[in-house]
Amino acid sequence: MKKLYLPLKQEDIDALTAGEGVLLSGTVLTGRDCAHKRICEYLDKGEALPFSPAGETIYYAGPCPAPAGKACGSCGPTTSARMDAYAPRLLDLGLKGMIGKGERSDEVCRSIVKNGAVYFAAIGGAGALYGNAVKESELIAFPDLLSEAVYRFTIEDFPCVVAIDSAGGNIYKRKRK
Amino acid sequence: MRTIASEEIENAVYRLAHEACLHLIPSCRAALEQAKRGEREEGALFALSAVLQNADIAAREQMAICQDTGYAVVLAEIGQDVHIEGKPLSDAVDEGVRRAYRDFSFRKSICDPITRVNTADNTPAALHTEIVAGDQLSLTFLPKGFGSENMSRIYMLTPAEGVDGIVGAIVETVRLAGSKPCPPVYVGVGIGGTFDTCALLAKKALTREVGSRHARKEIAELEERALAEINALGIGPQGFGGRTSAIGVSCEIAPTHIAGLPVAINIQCHCVRCAKCTL
Repeated sequence: MKKLYLPLKQEDIDALTAGEGVLLSGTVLTGRDCAHKRICEYLDKGEALPFSPAGETIYYAGPCPAPAGKACGSCGPTTSARMDAYAPRLLDLGLKGMIGKGERSDEVCRSIVKNGAVYFAAIGGAGALYGNAVKESELIAFPDLLSEAVYRFTIEDFPCVVAIDSAGGNIYKRKRK
Repeated sequence: MRTIASEEIENAVYRLAHEACLHLIPSCRAALEQAKRGEREEGALFALSAVLQNADIAAREQMAICQDTGYAVVLAEIGQDVHIEGKPLSDAVDEGVRRAYRDFSFRKSICDPITRVNTADNTPAALHTEIVAGDQLSLTFLPKGFGSENMSRIYMLTPAEGVDGIVGAIVETVRLAGSKPCPPVYVGVGIGGTFDTCALLAKKALTREVGSRHARKEIAELEERALAEINALGIGPQGFGGRTSAIGVSCEIAPTHIAGLPVAINIQCHCVRCAKCTL
């Protein structure tokens, strides 16, 4: 499987095709429902964000607490569609990658193409496998949100499938009756 | 009359939460292995291999099999000759949940529906009680993930719609859910009863073994027909396309009103977790 390093480089993104498997290594930010809502509230008020999404990859995930001796507990992807309402704003701010599970709205698909970004599908339910691929974890923002807080993970060989590529190729729009 | 200490119930819930969140039930594992043998496409095989590998890692490293350790659904069948001594039943169940989710590093996923503030200990449990004959107390623990719960639906069909309508509702629910609930899904269906009892029947159907068939022949046939139609949709594992969109359909039924045909469809992801015990 192709190895890919984060933060993503534009030429690496442009070389990806929907359907291909990749092993991701490097840093990602976590964020799910409540963190996205809060980020957009910051933007609505014109306040500075506690971190910049530019060039980053967001992993839609809320981990289990880390057991002793581990950087992270079980941590698979959550359903990306719930973040569809927020994703185009973050993409317009320079977000380059998203990791989650399941299909995205047409608006998100268009925004991915417009911003030269990519959406990776991790395998939902494989929480122990992905938790083990997290080597370091650092709290970045919103600690009151507990598992929904924003963490910076250092991941290693994180298996994903390119689900929506920067040219609009979409694994979910194939072969469905 | 038999007396059961509330502490015994609390400890049982604690053990069941641990057992359920760390393991796939064997019939689910067998269904996923069978699904893998039936798939040909790269994406489907990649997804199913990862899921099976994940189950091994979770068991070996004592990690939650999925980070969504769920809403703690507890079904209690209480013999009418049982007297519970000590805390109220719901407090005992919640304390078992609270301790297990803290001690085993499970995610706390329960929050206020409006403010979204987390209760921070995964309580309250969704406790359903049923008074039955005898002097035993049976507990079933179902950690219910919400990626799949969100894709569940209830239909108030007309009697005229009949079996075709029931199968149509089941297949439509899975089709609309698409890739979102972590397919291949396990589909629990309640048929009959009222709006509320129908939904509970669907939840109870998810506590059956994957691949089991209803004792009544026409219901068993309905389960098989719905499963075949779902697997013809082509959603496949994780929505990547393939032959397995569901690993099972289980229906539970109850008498209903002459004017209605309620059908509730409760979606469970491929990670079927459930633990039971009898005190």
